[in-house]
Amino acid sequence: MRFVDEFRQPELITKAAEEIRRLADPNRQYRLMEVCGGHTHAIYRFGIKDLLPANIELIHGPGCPVCVLPMGRIDDGLSMAEKPGVIFTAFGDMMRVPGTKGSPLEYKARGRDVRIVYSPMDALKLAQANPDRHVTFFAIGFETTAPSTARTLMRARALGVRNFSVFCNHVTIIPAIRAILDSPDMRLDAFIGPGHVSTVIGCRPYEWIAANEHKPIVVSGFEPVDILQSVVMILRQLREGRAEVENQYKRVVPWEGNRAALRAMAEVFQLRPYFEWRGLGSISQSALRIRDEYAEWDAEHVFSVPGLRVTDPKAAQCGEVLKGVLKPAQCKLFGKECTPEYPIGALMVSSEGSCAAFYNYEHRKAAVAVAVE
Amino acid sequence: MCLAIPGKIVELVAGNPDLAVVDVSGVRRTIDTGLLADDPAVPGDWVLIHVGFAMSKISERDALDQMQTLAVLGEDEAALQEVQGYGVLEENKGGP
Amino acid sequence: MTAKTESVSKIRFRDPQIELAHGAGGKASRRLIEGLFAPLLIGPLDEPLGDASHFSMNGTRLAVTADSYVVRPLTFPGGSIGELAVNGTVNDLAVSGARAEVLVVTFVLEAGLPTEVLEAEVRAMAGAAQRAGVKIVGGDTKVVENGKADRMYITTAGIGQTIPNVHISPKSVRPGDQVLLSGPIGDHGITILLARGELDLEADLRSDTRSVLPMVEALAETAAPGLRWMRDPTRGGVATALNELARDCGLAVHLREEWIPLHDAVRGACELLGLDPLHIANEGQFLAVVAPEFADRALAALQGLSNEAALIGEIRSTPAATVVATSTYGGTRIVDMLVGDPLPRIC
Repeated sequence: MRFVDEFRQPELITKAAEEIRRLADPNRQYRLMEVCGGHTHAIYRFGIKDLLPANIELIHGPGCPVCVLPMGRIDDGLSMAEKPGVIFTAFGDMMRVPGTKGSPLEYKARGRDVRIVYSPMDALKLAQANPDRHVTFFAIGFETTAPSTARTLMRARALGVRNFSVFCNHVTIIPAIRAILDSPDMRLDAFIGPGHVSTVIGCRPYEWIAANEHKPIVVSGFEPVDILQSVVMILRQLREGRAEVENQYKRVVPWEGNRAALRAMAEVFQLRPYFEWRGLGSISQSALRIRDEYAEWDAEHVFSVPGLRVTDPKAAQCGEVLKGVLKPAQCKLFGKECTPEYPIGALMVSSEGSCAAFYNYEHRKAAVAVAVE
Repeated sequence: MCLAIPGKIVELVAGNPDLAVVDVSGVRRTIDTGLLADDPAVPGDWVLIHVGFAMSKISERDALDQMQTLAVLGEDEAALQEVQGYGVLEENKGGP
Repeated sequence: MTAKTESVSKIRFRDPQIELAHGAGGKASRRLIEGLFAPLLIGPLDEPLGDASHFSMNGTRLAVTADSYVVRPLTFPGGSIGELAVNGTVNDLAVSGARAEVLVVTFVLEAGLPTEVLEAEVRAMAGAAQRAGVKIVGGDTKVVENGKADRMYITTAGIGQTIPNVHISPKSVRPGDQVLLSGPIGDHGITILLARGELDLEADLRSDTRSVLPMVEALAETAAPGLRWMRDPTRGGVATALNELARDCGLAVHLREEWIPLHDAVRGACELLGLDPLHIANEGQFLAVVAPEFADRALAALQGLSNEAALIGEIRSTPAATVVATSTYGGTRIVDMLVGDPLPRIC
């Protein structure tokens, strides 16, 4: 696969790993946070940790848009699925996330019309094909995905499709990073920046991290070579006492971002004054809502949602794991009450949730470390 | 939050300037290219695809630059160490 | 030193009701079978459950198996539900070390199903049975109200004779044994996914449904004394089949990622949708574990019939009961069974 395989070449991976070994100061512990859940997934999938020296620790950040949704919002979305004539659509990532009365897949098994879509445009097409039904789309994602939802709503309006609505749960990445840095129990040396969010917002929004917090941030791609090269760039900055924003993912990320995408978002969305994030609490100006001009397609207008605040079970430590304060295995419920089969929180169900990634790819690795020659 | 895959635009959809067909290793899908309106993509271009939308064009030049940077990793250092071994960089303290 | 194996009888089925995951072939299915069905119907097991059961009758060693087919859509590139039914049962017997002789077929049909659809399936089954060298000797039909069956459900049961000299069991697997795969993975599952039309993807892919009996017989001929274990990686994919092996023998299965054969379009679809090919269903492939001294000739025998057959890994003693995949550059990951069906993701 072009533009994929080149960045998985063993020789380049080995070179990058050697350079990391050369640059890392053996007398120092490095704590690097990868913000984006996609990086968490990639790190496990490609076994990146095996290639890093023991004194470089990767901390998983809160960039999993499924993981940060409080259960109450899931319930709100699913309450729409219970209305007669509604087709509830969502990405596959949402399908096993537990609400109070079950996950979307469980609602489907109970006879509700719940369908997976790959694209919000497919949900719109479903609405056009089923004029006597109402199609609602549970929108999730950071700024990577929000422009696509925006364009879909613009298209719905342009075409006059009336039986379509979006339940908007888009969140923004900068407040999440700020919440991490404001957290007293967090000690980090640098950030591996979210490569795909940055195709939309560009690299400028991270400048305060370097300037005010004096931490390097390297915007990174998702292939093994990209992640390792980003670590090389971070180590060079730390070694040279620099704290800058750098773009490792140049082949795809424009420094100024994607103006057309930002325009689409501005047209359709505005910031909510505040939004509840699972584990991080209420954060101001951190999530998007649909503008009044598009109220007709706003599921929160079309349906009356319960809007109940559902707190996680006390013993679940989703918040601390989300912030990177705890490792998944340190949560008291990990592997016992909370497993991919019986998940308590979204971090165990989302494919890029730290707990699921750790469970599926790693938690027996203590034994593997000894065994693998 | 970010499963986005490179794909090649193989044709534009007639009658709709915002739609194109993309090929990913033999799998084809119609995608929306409206987010590239400021620099439209044409057949032959490689784009990054996320949830059925083209997010960005992929720069082959930048990809090659990156490969090149990585390929010579460690070589500068090796060359430097070799040169240092000759003592050329040391100040000539004594001398004839 | 014997490897520790999980006692099958300790698994209890505590779920209050049946969920879709229980039919997906992964962990949940396992719990239902081993926690509810097996203890009540079969009793204590001295061997882990395999694809078919072997028993003796008047001195002849026979094998029997049963399978249900619930597939949407009914027809897809490369085949249809009828062919899956015939090949699936033939294959279950084959990988248990038996040659299918006769099949019986039951249909549960939804009222309103067009006759031409039913006839097409029956013709497909007749064709598949003929190609597989098996006779369909009888069956049963029930019709249920419209909406109570997804057009048609098919169940097949098959009986066959064991292939001489083939004695397979997870308990016979040893560290150093080699893991062989008959051909590229993921074709069937991705074909079905695309055929459903919900993801709007197109690719030149076909289901790989076929009888694997000829390949099994070729293996038996060349490597019977070294043939330890076989399985067909249907629902749940190679990951599930190998995890069952790892759990049943208590050893480790070490895979080399780059040795696993994969068609480009399957790879493309998996990358696009965020799926792991190791979890995708196959209907015309099987895995075999072979003693190292027989591995070369076993692989050659397979490649004679399926040129993409490959060596994909080996058995080691640690980590116990785990499947590990390594990449060319040394990165490792654990390959686990999924809970339910693999789902596309965007994150």
